[in-house]
Amino acid sequence: MSQRQILQVFEQYQKARTQFVQTVADLAARPQNTETLQNAGVMSLLRPLLLDAVPTIQQTAALALGRLANYNDDLAEAVVKGDILPQLVYSLAEQNTQRFYKKAAAFVLRAVAKHSPELAQAVVDCGALDALVISLEEFDPGVKEAAAWAISYIARHNAQLSQAVVDAGVVPLLVLCIQEPEIALKRVAASALSDIAKHSPELAQTVVDTGAIAHLAQMILNPDAKLKRQVFSALSQIAKHSVDVAEMVVEAEIFPAALVCLKDPDEYVRKNVTTLIREITKHTPELSQIIVNVGGVAAVIDYLGDSKGNVRLPGIMMLGYVATHSENLAMAVIVSKGVPQLAICLEEEQEDHIKAATAWAFGQIGRHTPEHAKAVAVANVFPKLLNLYLDTESSEDLQVKAKKALKSILQKCTYLPALEPLLYEAPSNILKHVICQFSKVLPHDSKARRLFVTSGGLKKVQEIKAEPGSAIQEYINAINNCYPEEIVRYYSPGYSETLLERIDTYQPM
Amino acid sequence: NMATLEKLYKQVENIKAIAEENRQKENEAAVRIQSWFRGCQVRAYVSLLHKNATSIQKIWHGLTARALFRQRVKTAYFITKMNFYNKMAVKIQQRWRGYYVRKYVHDYYARKRYLEGLTRKNKHIRRDLEEVAELQWKERERITLEKQEKEKNIQAQRLHFLLSTKQCLGVFNLPFRTEPDETELRLRKVRPLLVRSGPFRPALEVQQQRHRPLEPSLHIITSITALEEQYEGLMHTSTPFEQVAYGTKHFREEHKEYLKGKKPFKTVFTTCHVFDKFGRLYSSAGNIV
Repeated sequence: MSQRQILQVFEQYQKARTQFVQTVADLAARPQNTETLQNAGVMSLLRPLLLDAVPTIQQTAALALGRLANYNDDLAEAVVKGDILPQLVYSLAEQNTQRFYKKAAAFVLRAVAKHSPELAQAVVDCGALDALVISLEEFDPGVKEAAAWAISYIARHNAQLSQAVVDAGVVPLLVLCIQEPEIALKRVAASALSDIAKHSPELAQTVVDTGAIAHLAQMILNPDAKLKRQVFSALSQIAKHSVDVAEMVVEAEIFPAALVCLKDPDEYVRKNVTTLIREITKHTPELSQIIVNVGGVAAVIDYLGDSKGNVRLPGIMMLGYVATHSENLAMAVIVSKGVPQLAICLEEEQEDHIKAATAWAFGQIGRHTPEHAKAVAVANVFPKLLNLYLDTESSEDLQVKAKKALKSILQKCTYLPALEPLLYEAPSNILKHVICQFSKVLPHDSKARRLFVTSGGLKKVQEIKAEPGSAIQEYINAINNCYPEEIVRYYSPGYSETLLERIDTYQPM
Repeated sequence: NMATLEKLYKQVENIKAIAEENRQKENEAAVRIQSWFRGCQVRAYVSLLHKNATSIQKIWHGLTARALFRQRVKTAYFITKMNFYNKMAVKIQQRWRGYYVRKYVHDYYARKRYLEGLTRKNKHIRRDLEEVAELQWKERERITLEKQEKEKNIQAQRLHFLLSTKQCLGVFNLPFRTEPDETELRLRKVRPLLVRSGPFRPALEVQQQRHRPLEPSLHIITSITALEEQYEGLMHTSTPFEQVAYGTKHFREEHKEYLKGKKPFKTVFTTCHVFDKFGRLYSSAGNIV
């Protein structure tokens, strides 16, 4: 055979390989094909193609592998078991490899690492972190983005992997990536920092020490919504660990600019801003005071009015944390019209954990002084809390929180019109507190006494059966002492029977 | 005689016997009387002594009691004074504590002012946030509207052939309508999309290229003997005005006799034309960014 014919054989083989690998890559893009491909043994076929002489085939094979590993953790495990990772890591670290191949290799690493901590550990054990660090220093932003994404998926699972990532010296490079002009790269770098910092205070401190906060703070007013999501998520993961880092985040002067983002059209941006504010206010009264002074409470209350569903939870918790610290701050929440909004949330939301959080927030607001308790009582919250406590379908957590909230507010409530409905429906442990409050208020206020009688409260009190010597009995006695004997006798149960019995014994003249 | 003497002796002895009988009694009586009298004397003396002692003691007791009394009066006065001072001090301290607590520990009016200020600030913040939200919403609306406009314009450009003429009214300008449709107006406004078949370049670029002035390269412009020619001699000097070649152009000795009849070396040589046309060709091949 002539030379040309021999070379033609090789050309045909190369064409066949190219076509195979491209088709597999396209098929792997759809999830329904992965099982068929896996059964056909695609892994063992793709593996030698990674070492192919032609760069395009290498790249497409890596891309196909990445897509396959993305969908399924069995395939990801097969990638790990098939010893493919060391090859990818080696080529990632090499200077001469083209940037498409590096991107595809980083994609495969990310696809393997995302499924579980064990797989991520396997990726780290192959020495992937050093290779990824080298790719982070590349010029091409696409390669940096792929490397940063892989790093964020590795660091996501637990603290040890995050620590390994930090030990590889990734954090300063990520901070440099954040300053790059490409939006996609900024997004991924911010999400990587967020995943690293979320596990423990030391990791958060490491991220802060590289000066990440200033750069993250600069990106707050960027128009891109997904970038803002990641930035706020990163800031909130950093701020949640300790008072010092929370103070550093506040000192970066993100307020009041962050409050503007509470009106962003994207729901998750708003949710992440509220989460950030919640993590800051959680720590100390001073930080809560800063947020209140800047108008954060009003902004969050408006946010609660605008949103629905699960995303309200951080806002409700933030109001609860603010009100917990001191009665000044609780009064600030009340003055900013927080109580009607929380009442609406309690009414509208169906999920138990949100209702539990709202009940807890009410408890924190109302427990300080009678003023606060009155503000909560006026919003007609007591019947709802009582229903939540008594409802058999409520979860354990919800019942406990509703009961605690009711108790703590009732112990300070002197607003009698709101207490009266509770007389009729409350179980005995709540009733004890209600009667206690009545016994404290009635001796001093004659109008209230009259109202109590005319509204039928005295009658109800007489009907309560209590053991003599118990606390309830003492309170009932205290109430009865406020009234003349005849009235008490008139309203005691069975009075009409005793009167009728007197007819029997009466002798007409 | 003797009988009377004896009678007298008997009488005397009687009297003696009687006196002897009564001697004891009378002695005792006398002793009693005397002892009583002596007792009275002594008693009187003792009572005098008692009286004197009593008056001395009375005076003494009076002195000490009065001194004690004065002391007690002093202490009672002191105690009353101190009680009074204490009560007044308590009044002062009450006022002071009330003032202090109301001013520094829990200033009700400062709290009231703070809460009022907070309400105002909340109002401002809510207004500002709503304004910002409003602006952003308007911006987004404007962008969508512009996009829609642009798309409609592109559509009109494509359908430009449906423009109505005087002879033939188009679809968007039907006779029964009072005024032409919006699309008709758009068609009138918009420039037609000239679809040129073929890989033609925009007309402006072609014009510019056709009328581009001559940009000769440096090689063409400069004369090949420019370096020799550039020196113009001064009019009033007497020395020959050529540059001395030795020392500036060559540093070797010249042997004129060997060089007789030979032309000098040319110091300018032909260049390579690698970068003459750099950036001035209309194709951008080879331009590394």
